[in-house]
Amino acid sequence: MTGILSLTTFSPLVGVIAILALRAFGGGGDQAAVNRAAKWIALVTSFATFALSILLVFKFDAANPGFQFVEDLNWFAGLHYRMGVDGISILFVLLTAFLLPLCIAASWDSIENRVLEYLIAFLILEVLVIGVFCALDLVLFYLFFEGQLLPMFLIIGVWGGKNRVYAAYKFFLYTLLGSVLMLVAILAMISIAHTTSIPALMAFKFAPQVQTFLWLAFFASFAVKMPMWPVHTWLPDAHVEAPTAGSVILAGILLKMGGYGFLRFSLPMFPQASQLFTPLVFALSVIAIVYTSLVAFRQVDIKKLIAYSSVAHMGFVTMGIFSGNAYGVQGAIFQMLSHGVISGALFLCVGVVYDRMHTREIAFYGGLVNRMPWYAATFMLFTMGNVGLPGTSGFVGEILTMTGAYGVSTWTAIAAASGVIFSAVYALTLYRKVIFGEMVNPKLAAIEDLNWREVTIFVPLIAATLILGVQPNLIFNLTTASVDGLVSVYKAAVGG
Amino acid sequence: MSFYSALSLAWPEVFLAVSTLVLLVAGAVGGNRLSSLVSTLAGLALLVAAALAWTAPHGKAFAGGFVSDEASAFAKVAIYGMSAVAVLLGDRWLTRLKANQFEYPVLILLAAVGMGMMVSAGDLISLYVGVELQSLALYVMAAFRRDDAKASEAGLKYFVLGALSSGLLLYGASLIYGFAGSTHFDVIAKAATGASNTGVLFGLVFLICGLAFKVSAAPFHMWTPDVYEGAPTPVVGFFAAAPKLAAMVLFARALYDSFPHAADQWRQVVIVIAVLSMLLGAFAGLAQKNLKRLWAYSSIANVGYALVGLSTGTQSGAQSMLVFMVLYMIDVTGFFACLSALSRGGKPMETIDDMAGLVRERPGLALAMTAFALSALGLPPFAGFWGKFYVFKAALESNLAWVAVLGLVSSVVAAFYYLRLVKVMWFDAPAGKTDAVPADARGVAYAAAIFSCPVVLVALIGLDPLAKAAAAAFGLH
Repeated sequence: MTGILSLTTFSPLVGVIAILALRAFGGGGDQAAVNRAAKWIALVTSFATFALSILLVFKFDAANPGFQFVEDLNWFAGLHYRMGVDGISILFVLLTAFLLPLCIAASWDSIENRVLEYLIAFLILEVLVIGVFCALDLVLFYLFFEGQLLPMFLIIGVWGGKNRVYAAYKFFLYTLLGSVLMLVAILAMISIAHTTSIPALMAFKFAPQVQTFLWLAFFASFAVKMPMWPVHTWLPDAHVEAPTAGSVILAGILLKMGGYGFLRFSLPMFPQASQLFTPLVFALSVIAIVYTSLVAFRQVDIKKLIAYSSVAHMGFVTMGIFSGNAYGVQGAIFQMLSHGVISGALFLCVGVVYDRMHTREIAFYGGLVNRMPWYAATFMLFTMGNVGLPGTSGFVGEILTMTGAYGVSTWTAIAAASGVIFSAVYALTLYRKVIFGEMVNPKLAAIEDLNWREVTIFVPLIAATLILGVQPNLIFNLTTASVDGLVSVYKAAVGG
Repeated sequence: MSFYSALSLAWPEVFLAVSTLVLLVAGAVGGNRLSSLVSTLAGLALLVAAALAWTAPHGKAFAGGFVSDEASAFAKVAIYGMSAVAVLLGDRWLTRLKANQFEYPVLILLAAVGMGMMVSAGDLISLYVGVELQSLALYVMAAFRRDDAKASEAGLKYFVLGALSSGLLLYGASLIYGFAGSTHFDVIAKAATGASNTGVLFGLVFLICGLAFKVSAAPFHMWTPDVYEGAPTPVVGFFAAAPKLAAMVLFARALYDSFPHAADQWRQVVIVIAVLSMLLGAFAGLAQKNLKRLWAYSSIANVGYALVGLSTGTQSGAQSMLVFMVLYMIDVTGFFACLSALSRGGKPMETIDDMAGLVRERPGLALAMTAFALSALGLPPFAGFWGKFYVFKAALESNLAWVAVLGLVSSVVAAFYYLRLVKVMWFDAPAGKTDAVPADARGVAYAAAIFSCPVVLVALIGLDPLAKAAAAAFGLH
């Protein structure tokens, strides 16, 4: 099966080339027809990528904790084009490929200008994101990781809301500052270990002193990406200004790269430093969970509220990862996947009413249940998932990360548990204000319920939320071997 | 060594010099109606010279004053190739202005001969001759549009400050000669051992100042923004590319070949110059509105990065400098090709605001300029990232982590102005119709942009060992 990973990663490029060809030769003046054809091309391509990623999962040997489907070509200056997935990364590939067709479908009517460029940006973004999760060479990883800044900058800046330029700059510069420090660390690792191979570096033992610096540099990048308090401030701005599909990608996938980075680099490569900084990470996680939940409660903009809730949920992820045991790490991975689905779905829910009313102000809405019963039911399910109701996927991740943290630091787990209550407060309040009550705003009188396209988008998300909620083993079957390997190496290194 | 075999080492330069003289006479006799023919022949001569340089035998000629090795071959191919592109762009540009004169390609040829001498310099005399031959041609080119006040000012400024730097260079050279007893790099290398010889080191500092001026490194950068702004755009595209590479290679030769045993001394100076250039380029660029001025500051910052490679004093540092400069050269040529292609109502578009909404007017050129801006910023996977990757890798191998941190953080500052260009082109409303875009400049811009990403990802497989072999030819023995 050599080559299937590269095929999956780069398959969206076929769509990019097709759209470019369409732009160059097609049309004959009818822009609407060209746009339509381009949307179909993008949708079909992203479906093909999804099909390939499902094939990957079926061919994947879950009992093998190592990297599979490995490809290795010599590049230059000692670098390699090296790709491979293990039980952790394959799920993120699947999540990315799953969300992308939904994003394209969600933008079907809401993006009206520069449609071709929009679709190209999304497909290129998909290549780069899948590349991040598959790369087994340090520099190749950095290439995919950093390359995303440009497409995302353009998606926010060209197709975003009123304050989009500010948000795009903030997103770009925050992330860039984090990643240049990571670049220095990468170069330092190359000069110390004389290899760029991620598996080799996982086995390489850096001196504890060196680990501290490297850990901090990687932390700078991943903490911004995650995002952790106090470097989370770019996220609400970026979310509010980005178009709906941009928010879905951002919350659903891009944030996960921070958590993935912690799992792939910080924990296995710098175990001593990870242990040293665990109190710091726990403190920041708890602040993120409690503080941003309270901040979310006070928001007047629906999207901003969900953005802050993302920061809070990512707090569970960092807490789980750095608890360093199988519960915590499994829970963190599950929480990331679940959050990818649920927060993506919540942003799509916001998109539904935004497309109709062109405002995201909470006070504008109210009583939507009277006109939009199906929408109300859908929104309800995802709100519950966000709160972490048992039976939805949101529950599994939270309980596992807290269990994991409880074994390491009781107080952290207790404080984090209070965050679950806060999340119920802000999420249910939002739901009550938007969906229930009297429909006082006359502008809402003619608002329509979900159309067939929106229903088609939500069905897979609902299915994923419920199936993962009642049958989490689907995920754990894949991750267990790799996570156990990771945790036992970490434990052995820190002597725990 | 017989005269003929000595000459065979310098065959590319001999060929270029003869071609220059023939074309000069042809132009003088035939007048400006021959200018297009002269340009074509000049471009061909440069390409032939590049091929000759690649195949030239290696060795030293003329009592060690002229060196032909992997480094000179590497640099010459790049320099002559870039000069050929400059001839093409300049000729079409002058034709469009109806101001074509046959002197233009001849001047580029003269500068190219000078650059060939620079990268082959084996002693202080040939170093100086090469630098002056190149500089004099460049002074004239900066002021090529005689009726344009800004261009004349640029030329004059460049000349006066250039003369000053030549003075510094010569003074340094005379001190080195006085204390080392020879102008040959080999002999100087034996005399200049660490702190033992203050006089030679004193001369070395002056030499570095003179060379820093030629590569426009801070704090000797003052001329760059004014000259870039005033000189004609295709000329700036030429200035920013080949002569910078030639000066950097000369820099490496002067330091690595003649002062290998004083590396600890000159490294301190070069590190300071490099750090100053990176910071100044990043911060001073923030206030610029004119794109040519902005790219002047960008070039100061980028020279700073290249000097970081040099400041390591190692072979991998020299290799990183060569890779960096070649990639930078292609980017900057492409960028100025874009600028020279764009005009609105007959007026060249030179400010950032002129580029508003360009992506709707000229999607191809806007995309190319986006690539060049992000490449200059060092965003992967564009070419500029790989240059920085090599340079800072070499820096970390030499325990210069703090320089790498400073350099990369300053690139985040610089990101602000590169992004502003991207923002204006992509986010803002179009500022009006642009004039028709000439095919030649567009072709060069597209080719450079496609090189910047994705071709560079493959090209580096070939460039990496070539630069390594070239770097191995520098002294430090």
